[in-house]
Amino acid sequence: MSVTDIRELSAVAAAAEIGAGSLSAGELFSAYRERAAADRVAGPDGLNCFTWVAAGAPLTDVSGPLAGVPLAVKDLFCTEGVPSQSGSRILEGYLPPYTASAVSRLTEAGAALLAKTNQDEFAMGSSNENSAFGPVRNPWDRERVPGGSSGGSAAAVAAGLAPWALGTDTGGSIRQPAALCGIVGLKPTYGAVSRYGMIAFASSLDQAGPLTRDVCDAALLLSHMVGRDARDATSLEFPYAIELPTAERLDGVRLGVPEELTGAGVEPGVLEAFHASIVRAQELGALVSEVRLPHAPHALSAYYVIAPAECSSNLARFDGVRYGMRAEGALELVDMYTRTRHDGFGAEVKRRIMLGTYALSSGYYDAYYGRAQRVRTKIAEDFRSVFGEVDFIVTPTAPTVAFGLGEKTGDPLAMYLNDYCTVPMSLAGIPAISIPCGLSGGLPVGLQIAGPAFCENRLLETAHALELALDFDGTPARV
Amino acid sequence: MSDSVDTANAGAGGVLEAVIGLEIHVQLATATKMFCGCELSFGEPPNTRTCPVCLGLPGSLPVANARAVHLGLMIGLALGSELAPRSIFHRKNYFYPDLPKGYQISQYDEPLCLGGHLGAVRIHRVHLEEDAAKLIHVGSSGRIHGSDASIVDFNRGGTPLAEIVTEPDLRSPEQASEWLKLLRSTLRRLGVSDVNMEEGSLRCDANISLRPAGTSGLGVKTELKNMNSFRFIERGIRAEIARQAEILRGGGQVVQETLHFDPASAAITSLRSKEEAHDYRYFPEPDLLPVTIDPGMIDAARADMSELPAERAERLRAEVGLNAESAQLLAFRGELGDYFEAALAAEREPAPEPQTLANWIAGELVARLAEGEDPAGSRVEPGAIAALVGLVGAKRVSVGAGRQVLDRLVSDGGEPEAIVEAEGLAAIGGGEDLAAIVAAALQANAEAAERVRGGNAKAIGPIVGHVMRETKGRADGTEVSRLIHEQLGV
Amino acid sequence: MRCTVIGRDEVLHVARLARLALSEAEIEPMARELSAVLDHIARIGELDLTDVPPTSHVVEVSGALRLDEPCVSLPREVVLAQAPAVSGEGFLVPSPQA
Ligand SMILES: [Mg+2]
Ligand SMILES: [Zn+2]
Repeated sequence: MSVTDIRELSAVAAAAEIGAGSLSAGELFSAYRERAAADRVAGPDGLNCFTWVAAGAPLTDVSGPLAGVPLAVKDLFCTEGVPSQSGSRILEGYLPPYTASAVSRLTEAGAALLAKTNQDEFAMGSSNENSAFGPVRNPWDRERVPGGSSGGSAAAVAAGLAPWALGTDTGGSIRQPAALCGIVGLKPTYGAVSRYGMIAFASSLDQAGPLTRDVCDAALLLSHMVGRDARDATSLEFPYAIELPTAERLDGVRLGVPEELTGAGVEPGVLEAFHASIVRAQELGALVSEVRLPHAPHALSAYYVIAPAECSSNLARFDGVRYGMRAEGALELVDMYTRTRHDGFGAEVKRRIMLGTYALSSGYYDAYYGRAQRVRTKIAEDFRSVFGEVDFIVTPTAPTVAFGLGEKTGDPLAMYLNDYCTVPMSLAGIPAISIPCGLSGGLPVGLQIAGPAFCENRLLETAHALELALDFDGTPARV
Repeated sequence: MSDSVDTANAGAGGVLEAVIGLEIHVQLATATKMFCGCELSFGEPPNTRTCPVCLGLPGSLPVANARAVHLGLMIGLALGSELAPRSIFHRKNYFYPDLPKGYQISQYDEPLCLGGHLGAVRIHRVHLEEDAAKLIHVGSSGRIHGSDASIVDFNRGGTPLAEIVTEPDLRSPEQASEWLKLLRSTLRRLGVSDVNMEEGSLRCDANISLRPAGTSGLGVKTELKNMNSFRFIERGIRAEIARQAEILRGGGQVVQETLHFDPASAAITSLRSKEEAHDYRYFPEPDLLPVTIDPGMIDAARADMSELPAERAERLRAEVGLNAESAQLLAFRGELGDYFEAALAAEREPAPEPQTLANWIAGELVARLAEGEDPAGSRVEPGAIAALVGLVGAKRVSVGAGRQVLDRLVSDGGEPEAIVEAEGLAAIGGGEDLAAIVAAALQANAEAAERVRGGNAKAIGPIVGHVMRETKGRADGTEVSRLIHEQLGV
Repeated sequence: MRCTVIGRDEVLHVARLARLALSEAEIEPMARELSAVLDHIARIGELDLTDVPPTSHVVEVSGALRLDEPCVSLPREVVLAQAPAVSGEGFLVPSPQA
């Protein structure tokens, strides 16, 4: 099999070939490793997907179900002895003494750690331009962003530099870059995957999930990630095994289209692709109806209180004492703290720390944090009531296709609007998947499907049937 | 029992009254830390009892220790608190090098236990939290660019604490330290903590304010931090009351602040400057779910509780027959109570009378030990003191000789019978021997004898003293007195 | 829509709480950006949320407690390996009392 052929294989297919003895795990690893290392060496001339690439194949037990298939992992997952920097200067060169549970589970199942992927600093961003290690480029158009914050993972998978990748999603950070790069991204039910070892952004929202070329790959990766972890008090036993989806029809599946997330603010080309895929779903037998999520328009506001509040506290540990950088020459404690954090954090991180600190500070708690948590209750109630009428909600994943590098960096609020369609599901803790559903102006458009907590198997089946029918060609001009 | 501070012109009344509440941090006797599996540290080399969680490494997450919750419930039950069916951990955000995450996981508006009382003092709340690490100031030896430096040791960081907060029901420094001793014996009896102030497993802060005596409002309070012995608590509170009284006397106003008492100089200094506004930005800890307390957990906590001091005092009074004062003392100084009960349980013959035994332990024995020393750690076996008190009760050894025997027991240990034998301390009976010694004593103190005969009962002293000297204290005082009166014919 | 105006003093106060130094040139843009975002957020002020309980956790489970069983701690050389400044057996910091 030629190197190109090897990289054409989906992860599921590659694992099967290795299992059958028709492909060597080492050969597969080398094929990807070379490509990844070349991108790393190319720096700004490449896609800048990676912050670290393995020097060689790790000692992985290829007899496991993941059979030594290489895996790219977002920088913010702690990997023992391997740089884990969460895209931040304050953690530059940081080598953790332990490995994140989600990563350990996958390597124990036979995944081989290929590389760490670039990301927005501490997962704060929707364009991957907030990385201390430079922006990631979109393989569909190098002058555009890949989305964020799991931009490196999304671009690497879309460009064929990794068969699949791990990302994290706090308000859309798996789904939105998957949409902008034309791949599949799944945010599981909150609590389904252990957060232990994920460098936290917003604890009550962060969730790890797969970024893959197709829905089957997402199911396979997810199946080895879920489950209760005694080290994460918020993790849950997943009620059933994740199965590889096989559905080709959607007979009787009820899809709800919320008018709040499919109207103004979504760009026409995106809406067009979205509506075309709804028509395809109906052709497959789905029953489509309009539904209401009356509090969804307030989700973004609630999110931009809750996430910054939690991050302001989560990032307090970066104080220059135990790890990471420390500003030079500070003679006095407060000076050491304030200068270390000034120099170590990027602009967006500082903005959110300030926002969150303000929202929690004396006199403002009730008006901001307290209120946002009540909005969160209403949003979860909206979903509960809608899921009495329909099985899934469908929306565009992002209001736009990939935008130009630098286009929105000057306007934080415009950047935040990228999360408009993904944030409500994050606040409600429910699973949602983005699959590519077409092109607008030659750039991929994502379709988001969301269902009630722990509906992952049904969600994957639905996404799989639609994926088949939509027959999206996920091949960008390869770099 | 209120301490009034006399002031010439202190606003309304002229006489001020102190209003004191205590905040006590108790290190819980778990095997591991509050939120991770590191074993608690007792003097191990610095930074050898740490892990990603208690170092606050990126990505690590806390998981609450079930035993800490269990011990917290036991405290709540002992104090008669209401146990919250659901309590929440909050983050208390502030920066300090001994705080690895930049926040302390503590409890805020939904603590584990609410209300209750111990003695006359009401309990406001009891909550769980994690301890900070230890900062070692190294001064010029560990300079950073020519400036003083500190070294952080995270061994203690994350140790589980129960914070017990009282209502401001205390009125004097003495009362505060007395009550704290009562709390300490209660906690020790429960077995939830070592409650050792010197080793820091019991730490106390005091909230102090003054108000005109007889009024019920509250003045501006200050918080006096970390007084690490009962003596310092009294001295610190006294000094702060004096400081506030002087301010008020001078027509000034007390500023709400956190203060530090230096026991060496008796100086009180402000710990945090005013402009550094303290704003802890409490919010519910998103990494931990609410702790739900089900009836099974409460039953388990109750089942683990030994008898509490108040219950024990009642039992010692009603069943053992001690007077109220002794029962209280032995119950609340649990180590004395334990020793007393061990002595009774030794079943020595002749059997000691319980009240007399209690008096010997709480009086004679305690007086011979170091302040606060547990008699169980001394050379005096509980059975030995029981035997001694039995001998004295049977008049086989006089009280005076008994004291000498006790001296020997304290210094060398051993059995009273053997000491009595070896030292010839057996009581001299009422027979011919003692009568002869009394007769000689009357002769030697003829003047005193005359006065006794004349009706002056107090004059008997020198005569008794003479007999005791002659008998090396072995004579029974009552018998000597009887013989004197007999021989004088009065 | 109300206009949230975060002034210079407030920015400096919040930065102090967050232990974040801001250069002179960073203060005004920070004030402006925070004001813009807070203005947007202020929309939740329009909702009637009387009697709506707050949600801290989307999943409600209990019993997520840990048994009081010891784990192996990290070796000290590993603990100190990533520290910017170390002295002997511990982490070196400027003295808070300085
Ligand atoms: Mg406390
Ligand atoms: Zn630990």
